[in-house]
Amino acid sequence: MAAYIIRRILYVLPILLGVNLLVFSLFFLVSTPDDMARQALGDKSQSPEQVQRWKEAHGYHYPRFYNSGEDGWRCLSETIFFRKSAAMFWGDFGFSDMTLEPIGKEIRSRILPSLCLTVPIFLITMVTNIFVGLLLAGLRGSWADRAAQFGCVVLMSVSALLYIIAGQYLFARELQLVPVSGFLPGWAMAKFLFLPVLVGVFCALGSGIRFYRTVFLEEVNRDYVRTARAKGLSEGRVLFLHVLKNAMIPILTNVPVQLLFLIMGNLLLENFFSIPGLGGFTINAIATQDFAIVRAMVFLGSVLYILGLLLSDLCYSLVDPRVRLG
Amino acid sequence: MLLEFLQSWSGRNAIVLLLLAGLLGLLLQLSRREYWRLAGREIIQSKLAVISFVLLCLYALVAVLDSVGWRSPVRDASGALCRSQPGGEIVYDQGLSVLDRLLTPLRTRQEKTYSSPLARVQFSSETQVVPGGMSQRVQPPLRHPGSHLLGTDRIGVDVLYQSLKSIRTGMIIGLLTTLLAVPFAMFFGITAGYYGGVLDDCIQYLYTVMSSIPTVLFIAAFMIIFGQGLPQLCLAMGIASWTYLCRLLRAETLRLREAEFVQAAIVLGTPSWRIILRHIVPNVLHLVLITAMLRFSSEVLAEAALTYLGIGVGADTMSWGAMINDARMELTRDPVIWWKLLAAFIFMLGLVLPANIFGDTVRDALDPKLRTQE
Repeated sequence: MAAYIIRRILYVLPILLGVNLLVFSLFFLVSTPDDMARQALGDKSQSPEQVQRWKEAHGYHYPRFYNSGEDGWRCLSETIFFRKSAAMFWGDFGFSDMTLEPIGKEIRSRILPSLCLTVPIFLITMVTNIFVGLLLAGLRGSWADRAAQFGCVVLMSVSALLYIIAGQYLFARELQLVPVSGFLPGWAMAKFLFLPVLVGVFCALGSGIRFYRTVFLEEVNRDYVRTARAKGLSEGRVLFLHVLKNAMIPILTNVPVQLLFLIMGNLLLENFFSIPGLGGFTINAIATQDFAIVRAMVFLGSVLYILGLLLSDLCYSLVDPRVRLG
Repeated sequence: MLLEFLQSWSGRNAIVLLLLAGLLGLLLQLSRREYWRLAGREIIQSKLAVISFVLLCLYALVAVLDSVGWRSPVRDASGALCRSQPGGEIVYDQGLSVLDRLLTPLRTRQEKTYSSPLARVQFSSETQVVPGGMSQRVQPPLRHPGSHLLGTDRIGVDVLYQSLKSIRTGMIIGLLTTLLAVPFAMFFGITAGYYGGVLDDCIQYLYTVMSSIPTVLFIAAFMIIFGQGLPQLCLAMGIASWTYLCRLLRAETLRLREAEFVQAAIVLGTPSWRIILRHIVPNVLHLVLITAMLRFSSEVLAEAALTYLGIGVGADTMSWGAMINDARMELTRDPVIWWKLLAAFIFMLGLVLPANIFGDTVRDALDPKLRTQE
């Protein structure tokens, strides 16, 4: 077991390095610090001296990979790659290009609102999906199943923007149950989060129910289900006790990937409802053309995703010992 | 040089013709095979799928009409051709697509500002001075009363015209993204699965790294560097989406490689490129088609969200996302202005829903494994 875990963790390192290099080449080889400086300075002030001054103020004046002006270890560390890209490995996300605020501090303060938005969405969606999915698997082939499947396709075909705009119009403007947008810390956030959570659940319902329905249908034809039926168990007991328990393996191994990714928040929802989370942070950075923040968020998002995959693999090997031997 | 040609009208016409010819050729080729004919017969049996297909064809027709066009010479008031100098070259306009020419009444019937569907008077009131020196608030009559089926927007452009023009953008997003991703995915996926070894490891590493970056964030990074626009968005979405199909094709090729008919071909000394073309590619084609069909709708939906977030096609390209972005504050006005938002959503639904239904039917028809589960 220990050997498997170590092997699996070691496998993550080259992928992290690859992501880091890819992000670096996208931001510093495809586009150059000069381009960034010119975009940040605007049309009016673009003399070479100003570009140079901007680059020095933001730490972009180093060479990319190898600094021949320094010696020893410093010829590698005094470079853009080391200071701006590799530094993200140990949590040094640098400074915003526009406000020069430290990005790491901002990220830490925005994790909580993002989690408060996405964790309830995640939990409610999962419970609803599993319950409805099981129900449909039990009703398979009936008109209710066909109608629900068609409903899922319709739910999937509607843009998330419509759910958000219609939700805001109906609940916040017409019924005046909740505020349109905004956020307060503490328990007061509940009334601000009600609508975004509701909309978020709605967006994920269509594809989720369909997915779980197929997961359960795969189980329904297994031998142990036939045995359980032959024993004389009711269909409800078969589904909710036997099928659900066995389908938990693919479901549970899927959870860690999403759990870590929840930290990134939801770009659309946070933007529409002005929730000060990481998704909204990214969107603001895009609007102000803040390359440093976008770069940091791309890397952070990838790291969380990769760690989530690692966790789910480890979970899988705990639940299903066959994996470890392979 | 090439880019200039592609952006000119003759270039665009050529691309459309080439694509249509390619599609026709593929259909002809496939209809000769019994497996695909069987699938086709099964699809025709589903009423819902046939209706969806007809709707999709209508959308495609509008998109094609909007992609083909020509430039016409500019004429002055007397109808004579304008020339750059006396006896010089004839001056041409920017060019209009066939759809533009068909919709000339919609395109040119511009109002001053908002008007509700089929209204005879303007939506907002204006202060007018009545004879006698008094001023009063009235809703002035429209220049073209009752001619705007879906009303007009803030700057008085017909909403129906905008919705129809957005069809081309939606279709391009859905199709071009796939067209860019499929060759990459097929090449890398089949190579990795067929040859294995170090090549397989390298390709696996490549797509693991690519798919580790969350799609939205990758597109955000790509668009902030290259700027907003339709070609950039297609490219970004294409790069972000080839990994899924690649993984699928690699696994399927690994399986096929062990199949007896491939083993027999290897023993007979058939060169590997021939095995790949004759035995592997036809046997993974259904996976490519299913993936492309199911991806199409999610890409059309993604365009709207991305354009809203400021990393999409930009405001100068007509698209449903741009329409929604434009009209985002209109529901907060009193009285509510709903027609532009609703038109964008309904036109989008009219493309995405049939695509989803048709895609599902195609998948069920092509993948017998899934069918037995029902």
